[in-house]
Amino acid sequence: MKDSRIRGAEIVIKSLVAENCDYIFGYPGGAIMPVYDALYDYADQIKHVLTRHEQGAIHAAQGYARVSGKVGVCMATSGPGATNLITGIADAQIDSTPLVCITGQVASPLLGTDAFQETDVVGFSMPGTKWNIQVRKAADIAPAIAKGFHIARSGRPGPVLIDITKDAQNELSEFNYVPCLGIRSYRPYPIVKDSEITAAAEVINAAKKPYVLFGQGVVIGNAEEEFKAFLDKTGIPAACTLLGSGALSEDHPQYVGKLGMHGNYAPNLLTNQCDVLIAVGMRFDDRVTGDLKRYAKQAKVVHLELDNAEIDKNVKCAVSVLGDCKESLPMLTEKVNEGKHDEWLAAFRTLEEKEKSAVVSLDLLPTKIGLTMGEVIRYINDYKKDDAVLVTDVGQHQMIAWRYFKYKTTRTQVTSGGLGTMGFSLPAALGAQLADLSRQVVCVVGDGGIQMTIQELGTIMQTKAPVKVVLLNNDFLGMVRQWQQLFFDKRYSFTELDNPDFVKIAEAYNMKATKVTERENLSDTVAEMMIHEGPYFLEVVVEKEDNVFPMIPTGCSVEEVRLS
Amino acid sequence: MNRYTVSLFTENFIGILNRVTLIFTRRGVNIDALTASESKEDGVHRITIEVTTTEDQVLQIVKQTEKIIDVIKSFYYKDDEVVYQEIALYKIPISSLDPGLEKVIRQYNARIISAEKEFVVIEMTGHKEDTKALLEILKDFNILEFARSGRVAVAKPMGTIEQYLNN
Repeated sequence: MKDSRIRGAEIVIKSLVAENCDYIFGYPGGAIMPVYDALYDYADQIKHVLTRHEQGAIHAAQGYARVSGKVGVCMATSGPGATNLITGIADAQIDSTPLVCITGQVASPLLGTDAFQETDVVGFSMPGTKWNIQVRKAADIAPAIAKGFHIARSGRPGPVLIDITKDAQNELSEFNYVPCLGIRSYRPYPIVKDSEITAAAEVINAAKKPYVLFGQGVVIGNAEEEFKAFLDKTGIPAACTLLGSGALSEDHPQYVGKLGMHGNYAPNLLTNQCDVLIAVGMRFDDRVTGDLKRYAKQAKVVHLELDNAEIDKNVKCAVSVLGDCKESLPMLTEKVNEGKHDEWLAAFRTLEEKEKSAVVSLDLLPTKIGLTMGEVIRYINDYKKDDAVLVTDVGQHQMIAWRYFKYKTTRTQVTSGGLGTMGFSLPAALGAQLADLSRQVVCVVGDGGIQMTIQELGTIMQTKAPVKVVLLNNDFLGMVRQWQQLFFDKRYSFTELDNPDFVKIAEAYNMKATKVTERENLSDTVAEMMIHEGPYFLEVVVEKEDNVFPMIPTGCSVEEVRLS
Repeated sequence: MNRYTVSLFTENFIGILNRVTLIFTRRGVNIDALTASESKEDGVHRITIEVTTTEDQVLQIVKQTEKIIDVIKSFYYKDDEVVYQEIALYKIPISSLDPGLEKVIRQYNARIISAEKEFVVIEMTGHKEDTKALLEILKDFNILEFARSGRVAVAKPMGTIEQYLNN
């Protein structure tokens, strides 16, 4: 009788196929070679993207996950391969990105012996993963992967790591994939309590100046329509966090802008004037709240949140509604009164005009000689489609691009929000692009960040992913320099960069590349880039010492937001 | 700052203790004592942790521990909300065994659980204050070793984990 058992390595691949995984971002090595060997036979079912570094693989998987809404998958070998994933794991954890990371491990008899390329990656990644496991038997691989996908994608999503010993990869076992539908100790979707909805509605209905802050929870919950319905009925002004951008079109009449350290003037300032603050799927990050002791103290806070640990963590609320906002928002919408808040909304618009004349006009329509980052984003807006995805790195360009990019639809914002990982954008843009080849993906990156993962231009070359890379080059680690200017008496300690010829580098990777130094060439070049069919690298030399305003300096209150 | 007992019910999963203690470590809360054991439910383990901290902090810790996939439920209690005990062992040289020591043992409801050629081992179960009081007295009897367990505790509020498991 024919042996129906297959090797553990093949079980890995067949399990991924069963989970509808279409892309693996990874890098082979000794301890994962059996899986890569098995993958060779499944090339028609799963595409593998060979990045140039494991950090690139996990950031690409993050970009893929954020745009597709699916679980991103990355793979690496043991030891340094596995530890190179750690930054991305931490990034995915804090930004709630669903990932399954598969690492090879030395054979189980060698565990604990300091064998070649052995690291305790389960121990390393324990605080940063939503769940992790080491598998030492082929029979345990499929259940671990099933459980991993369920945990990664459900509730508040996050990264999962599955470490598989080499002997488990080589061992024979039966394959029978049973999707994981539930775990006794894990309840990802709390049941929304009607009493909490009623209490929230009462507070909202009594408000004179209610104000909504929305975050990525709306996107994760696929609750964009439900959120819009709530706003349409109540007429309440709404501002977004960094990762909430795109959950509501910026064209919506009640959209009032962006929150946080470099967000908009009105939404920050008026946080301390509302009487009811309704937080939807956001976690009151310190970059949003500034000094907590002086944050919205006058307001009753209503918090709609899936993760119980976020409730009362930073800001104490009057009413909390625990549960998925996809479920809670329609229940709340039913119970709240129809309303209009024209006068209150006008207060935002007045301050918006103030920000426009003090900051926005200077950024978008500059009269000085040097190019600004803002005008580059203005042209990108001119030539982008509504569903274009903006992927940004970390720093000044990130804040400028976020401030001025016009978000029209959901899942158009990919950035490293919570961890602030420089080097994130280039690989994340690749992943975002592969998630949907029909969409424009624009990667905006600084000269510091690009050099942290610049080798991923090679992956873009190999995949031919039509990513538009826009390098805003000011020959500085700009955000640190800005802080040095404002808070360290202009002592520019190790923030100026002697940079290479980036265009030559991009061309060496077979990308069409252009450098813009003059304003008159900017619009046409951006237009050329946006309609170009393949990948495109645009370097724009921008003003060396521009700053990002508005700004709430660390430790200050939201009402101390500075325009200059 | 108050003393709290954190009581966690978990699946018996490798590394669970590590995951739980990481939550305390990250917030800089020192664990005063820790015990782990089976519970009455098959496959459900319980971890009892004693900490001295603020109520806000312990509440956050409990919520964070509940986020761990293999933690079924986590509770916290003040001292008057739990019935708890600790066990202490005292190793005394045989030469110290005299009527005075016997009187102390009786007075504290302690007992000798092992008598060896050179020493005896006294056991006492009680609250930390009681076992510590005995320790102070036994110092006069040239105590050789002392060891005290973490807290084992059951909650006074009725029906907690069962209700959760059956929901």
